Amino acid sequence: MPPSIALRMNHALPVEHRERLVRLGREVSFAPGTRLFEEGGHAGRFWIIRNGTAALDMYVPGRRPPVIETLGVGDLTGLSWLYEPFVWQLGAEALTPLSAHEFDAVAVRLMCLEDPEFGRAVEHWVGRVLAHRLNAARTRLVDLYGIHEAKEVR
Amino acid sequence: MTAVPVPHRVVARRPETADTVTLCLEPVGAALPDFAPGQFAMVHSFGRGEIPVSASSVQATGGLAHTIRSVGAVSDGLCATRVGDVVGLRGPYGNTWELERAHGADVLVVAGGIGLAPLRPLILTALDGRKAYGRVNVLIGARTPDDLIVRKEIESWPTTFTGVTVDQPADGWRGDVGVVTQLLGRARFAPDNTWAFVCGPEPMIRAAARELAEHGVPRDRVRVSLERNMRCATGHCGHCQFGPLLLCQVGPVVDWAHAEPLLSVREL
Repeated sequence: MPPSIALRMNHALPVEHRERLVRLGREVSFAPGTRLFEEGGHAGRFWIIRNGTAALDMYVPGRRPPVIETLGVGDLTGLSWLYEPFVWQLGAEALTPLSAHEFDAVAVRLMCLEDPEFGRAVEHWVGRVLAHRLNAARTRLVDLYGIHEAKEVR
Repeated sequence: MTAVPVPHRVVARRPETADTVTLCLEPVGAALPDFAPGQFAMVHSFGRGEIPVSASSVQATGGLAHTIRSVGAVSDGLCATRVGDVVGLRGPYGNTWELERAHGADVLVVAGGIGLAPLRPLILTALDGRKAYGRVNVLIGARTPDDLIVRKEIESWPTTFTGVTVDQPADGWRGDVGVVTQLLGRARFAPDNTWAFVCGPEPMIRAAARELAEHGVPRDRVRVSLERNMRCATGHCGHCQFGPLLLCQVGPVVDWAHAEPLLSVREL
C-alpha cells in the first residue's frame, strides 16, 4: 500500500485500536486562515484532516512564516503531542475551509499508558508518519529540479 | 528521415521561467514528418551544436514547439534565439507515450519541473479527446512557483484533478508545498484501470512509479520518460544505451516493468 494511503489512521491502526481512538475524537471545523497551533506552544491536541488543506509553517522574525509542507485529506496534523516536551515544533494554519477529527493529546497518551498494545500501535503509526515526512524533506533538500539535474551531456 | 538538420524559423518565443523558453517553429522549406507526443528532436543551434529536446507541442496540438532550459552552450544559444531566427531540427525520434492505449481508462500524469514539457502534448491530446478517456489527473511538482512552466495554461485545463506542489513556496503562494507524490492521495483514479505517464528528474520518476505500482496501477501501464545521452538519435552511436535498450530507438518512453530493474543498476 502506498504511503499516501498506508499512513492514514484508517489503514495504519488495527481496527480495535482505531475504534478506541475514534471514540476519543470530536469533529471540528476551521475557517481559512485559522491558526491550529503555534510553534513553541503546548502540544495538547492533534487532528486528522477530513476535508481541506492545512499548512505547516515556521516562525521567522520579520517575514511571513514560510510554509514547510501542506497536509490534506487523511493526514495526521500534529506530531509533537506524542513526544516530550510536548511543544509544537512548527505552526499550522487552515489554508481552506477545514474539517477534522480533533483529539485530546493527554487522553490519548493516558490510553497509551494504560494499554501498552494500543500505545505501541499509536507510536508505530506516528513514527511512520514522522519517517515519511523526514524522507520527503530530505528529498526536497536535494533540489531535484535544480539546474545540476538538467545539464547538457557532452 | 534526414540526418541533416532541417532549417526551422522561430515564429514565436515564449519565456516560461527565468531560464526556460518555448520556441514555436515552422519549417523554412520542406517539413519534417509530424511529431507524436513523447517524441523528441535533435535541435541544432548553428555554430554551437545540437541537443535532444522533446516536443512540448506537436503539429496536432497547435504547431511544433520545444521548451528549452538554458543549462549549457547549445541550450544557451537556443534560448537566446529571437523570432525570425533559424534553428535546425532532426527528427522525429524515439517512441511515443502511446496514449491511445489508455482509451476507456483513467489517465494519470505526474510531471516534475521541466518534465511537464514532454507531457504537455499528451495532456492536450487527452483533453481534446476527453470522451475517449475516463478521469484525467495531472500532478505537477516544481522547485518554486516561478519555476512552473505553462502556468496560466495549467489553470485552464479541464481535468478531473490538477494538483501543483512546490518545494520552496514564495510569499503569496497559497498552493501545496511538498513532494509531488503527496498529491497522489487526492487524485481520482481506479488503479487497475489507469494508465500513468511520468516525466521528471530520475529520483522523482522512481518515487512516483513505485508509489503508483503500490497503489495498484499495473507496472506495464506506468510509462516513464528516461533521459540519457542522445547523440546520433538513430541507434548507431550507442551513447544512449541503457542496459539492453537504445533509448533513442525504443525510448525515451519505457514502461515501468522494464525500467524498474534497469534503474536499480547503478552502473546504468
